[in-house]
Amino acid sequence: MSAVKIPSVLRPAVGGARELNVAGSTIGELIAALTQQHPSLRQQLLAEDGGLNRFVNVYVNGQDVRYLQGLDTPIEDRDEVRLLPAMAGG
Amino acid sequence: MPKSYPDLLREARATIREVTPAEVAQIREGAPGTHVVDVREASEWDQGHLPGAVHISKSYIEQQIEGAVPDRDAPVILYCAGGVRSLFAAKTLQELGYTDVASMSGGFQQWKSQGLPWTAPVVLSDAQKQRYSRHLLIPEVGSEGQAKLLDSKVLLIGAGGLGSPAALYLAAAGVGTVGIVDFDVVDASNLQRQIVHTTDRIGEKKTESARRSITALNPDVNVVLHEEMLVADNVERLIEGYDAILDGTDTFETRYLLNDAAVKANIPVVHASVFRFEGQLTVFKPYEGPCYRCLYPTPPPPELAPGCSVAGVLGVVPGIMGLLQTNEVVKLLLGIGDSLAGRLLLFDALEATFTELKLKRDPHCPVCSDEAVEARKAGRPLEVAQVGADAPFALGGVGGAA
Repeated sequence: MSAVKIPSVLRPAVGGARELNVAGSTIGELIAALTQQHPSLRQQLLAEDGGLNRFVNVYVNGQDVRYLQGLDTPIEDRDEVRLLPAMAGG
Repeated sequence: MPKSYPDLLREARATIREVTPAEVAQIREGAPGTHVVDVREASEWDQGHLPGAVHISKSYIEQQIEGAVPDRDAPVILYCAGGVRSLFAAKTLQELGYTDVASMSGGFQQWKSQGLPWTAPVVLSDAQKQRYSRHLLIPEVGSEGQAKLLDSKVLLIGAGGLGSPAALYLAAAGVGTVGIVDFDVVDASNLQRQIVHTTDRIGEKKTESARRSITALNPDVNVVLHEEMLVADNVERLIEGYDAILDGTDTFETRYLLNDAAVKANIPVVHASVFRFEGQLTVFKPYEGPCYRCLYPTPPPPELAPGCSVAGVLGVVPGIMGLLQTNEVVKLLLGIGDSLAGRLLLFDALEATFTELKLKRDPHCPVCSDEAVEARKAGRPLEVAQVGADAPFALGGVGGAA
């Protein structure tokens, strides 16, 4: 199980949780499990083609998965996964 | 038996290596890492000094040398006006364990008389010396750094939650020119966080209100008001000539427009955004680090990204993020420290935590990649994801910082 940090913007989609423990051996599997448990996250995270939305970044231990192996990036227990959508507020 | 001054001087000469000004010039050329420390009084330093020297008055040498030269085996050359004070200061350094200390014979007077280069003094008025005294005491700022700040131009996009603390602290720091882009008026709901404005200015233009607060704090600051909404047609004109830009807007449209123009004009943008209890902060330094489009290639649809006016924000969050932005701006202007370029700093007010994420330049970025630069040069700029009224995700032209 990996800890997934949920930012404020996405919390309404997961019942207000700040952090969720989700199983999966890759980022793709983890996101599939996450969106299955919380279907309204799907629109936020995934584009129609099943890839990650370009306005949401996913970091594993502080590294952007786009520069790792994208959805195929392997994750291990105790890795910290962070979802980070763009915000505009100023 | 008590010693006389000539005794002490003889003792110092016997233990301290002396080098002539010509030798010092040579040593510095061969070993640029050599520390040169001016031990005269501040008033003498202000009249002119060796380029690249640091100033530690002899009366503070024991207290401050470690800050300036942490490595006790590093080569250090001390000088004063005539070569005596530096000899005694060098002896002190030896007692502190510095192993490679020399004193410049003949001091600054001989250096000058031999026609060697020295830096023209930065002249701050007495009032400025008093106002900025806490800056002048910091070796990394000093009067040269303060002069840089006084000579700098910073543009604030938005006089709102992020822009308010920035405007006040930039003014207090003595940044010579502060430009403000905002077309909004002060609303009662702004005052929970936009501390550059006041209750009696509700209904007043934000630019004017900000100018009044800045001028009241520091009349030296030249405040340039741009009372217009930042749009594609004016962005290049608005940002021209500024040394750094502080992005405090609240729409994606403005953020992307600003990014594209700033990369083109090679002006660093210090970026922050806030949502409820959270903030994001980074520095977009064109061609050295990623730009906004490298970080987020496209904006989210509006229903997935509510702004402060819809979702709310804890008032102190833009205050904290705006000040961290100001810190980055001041560092950029002074050329000190490590900027946040290539790093995204997240702040969570509820957890009271900061998290750092690594950012990378997108090698295929349509704005800042080599390919994009070449395409611009050839007059055929690459296509970018459109943001705004014509874009697939239309964003209401809210503008102005919330």
